[in-house]
Amino acid sequence: MKVLVPVKRVIDYNVKVRVKADGTGVDLANVKMSMNPFDEIAVEEAIRLKEAGKADEVIAVSIGVKQAQETLRTALAMGADRAILIVAADDVHQDIEPLSVAKILKGVIEAEEPGLVIAGKQAIDNDMNATGQMLAALTGWAQATFANKLDIDGDSAVVTREVDGGLQTIKVKLPAIVTADLRLNEPRYASLPNIMKAKKKPLDEKTPADYGVDVTPRLQVVKTSEPETRQAGEMVGSVDELVAKLKEKGIV
Amino acid sequence: MAVLLLAEINDGVLAMDATAKTVTAAQKLGEVTLLCAGAKVADAAAEAAGIAGVAKVLVAEDALYGHRLAEPVSSLLAKLGADYDHIVAPATTDAKNILPRVAALLDVMILSDVTGVVDGDTFERPIYAGNAIQTVKSLDPKKVITFRTSTFDAAGTGGSAPVESVESAEDPALSEWVEDKVATSDRPELTSAGVVVSGGRGVGSQEDFALIEKLADKLGAAVGASRAAVDSGFAPNDWQVGQTGKVVAPELYVAVGISGAIQHLAGMKDSKVIVAINKDEEAPIFQVADFGLVADLFEAVPELIEKL
Repeated sequence: MKVLVPVKRVIDYNVKVRVKADGTGVDLANVKMSMNPFDEIAVEEAIRLKEAGKADEVIAVSIGVKQAQETLRTALAMGADRAILIVAADDVHQDIEPLSVAKILKGVIEAEEPGLVIAGKQAIDNDMNATGQMLAALTGWAQATFANKLDIDGDSAVVTREVDGGLQTIKVKLPAIVTADLRLNEPRYASLPNIMKAKKKPLDEKTPADYGVDVTPRLQVVKTSEPETRQAGEMVGSVDELVAKLKEKGIV
Repeated sequence: MAVLLLAEINDGVLAMDATAKTVTAAQKLGEVTLLCAGAKVADAAAEAAGIAGVAKVLVAEDALYGHRLAEPVSSLLAKLGADYDHIVAPATTDAKNILPRVAALLDVMILSDVTGVVDGDTFERPIYAGNAIQTVKSLDPKKVITFRTSTFDAAGTGGSAPVESVESAEDPALSEWVEDKVATSDRPELTSAGVVVSGGRGVGSQEDFALIEKLADKLGAAVGASRAAVDSGFAPNDWQVGQTGKVVAPELYVAVGISGAIQHLAGMKDSKVIVAINKDEEAPIFQVADFGLVADLFEAVPELIEKL
């Protein structure tokens, strides 16, 4: 079985983002970019399936600007076998919407016929939490979102999901789309020799047109603004003072 | 304009707070019809019919919808959605699982975690862990939306909307439910609690987390946790507050032993009053706290419990 892993190049999770003064978006020029943290978990899970003899090949795919190639090389260095880059944007500020991404991924699925897709639960830039579900809808496959445990059992997958009240285990028919939650695993670091080897692994370059997909956004961004800032608070010197302040506010 | 709202129901019980807050948001868009789907939803539907501002309640009672698996529920919503301009739900894990699938079935984009309604096509939503607010205008013929409930007030009760049954949609038979491991708690539910007390890495161990729980019980509060506390096994996953956990906006949020990483702040910075107790005076949490106390939590928290 082939496993397909979509990965996204996003602003590094430690960077404090800055909204551009003209309200057109977030400033992504000269900021550190990395693989979306949930996608690292997805890549790790796919590699573990291969190491356990349950997958034969792991294919990483990324959609966006040309520089997303670096993100794919990271996936290859972690252990993915080959990569597909779909160049869909010229400018880093152009975020391709989940619906378009799902349509492109459907095209990749038709070409590659994987038995399983493992995506991240959400990208930390647009915080949409939608691509995996949308891809499942378009392919007509089952979905297992927010996975915290994944077991392949013949022609189905048993997945424990993180839900509001605790954990829910479901069984889905393969092929299926699984989205990784934080606690699915601890992603490995790519070693230097593996980073060197990754440079020689195959990386195909495509465009959305190759899959007949139009990436025109359905959601037009009117403006991007700073969230309201909180008024500066005060430091108290003791528990007594804290209790007094809270009583003064009438909240305890 | 008509709005179809997927009521939040767990095990036959209506999640009143999440559903009523979403009704408030949805009323800005048009006449609201609630859909109650589940294996047993008669009681939930009767309760939902009492939410002020609801025009009608649709009931889809079928074992097929028992655990609200994404495939059958989204088929139902996509089918019923033909008659509505907006299909909405509270941004719970249930709805985040189902609604993007509905949107793709209808070939429209999803609007996730919407915090503001500008007009029927234009909405505000936080991006980058809440560090920017994006206003977007949907060019789609239908809007599929999850609302962040912490930003809307709950609609009142006292209504009496008519209840009618709807036929089930077909079963895609792609998935089956195996088991639930539900965390039981007598405390208020995290996302609707008026007071939340959260512990972080600084608490040190699962045993010491009892101190956080004790403070919470004293305040009648729900207990939250940072990712570090959950990853270290001090607290269960479903207590996590943050970008990838739950988003809360209580009257009072008490952060104990939490440094205040961007990802945690994303889940609590809209709280009315934030109190931080941390021994590191440089901790970023103090930049958002209304009242900060630099102290060892093992001394300050017991003292606080005693003096409240």
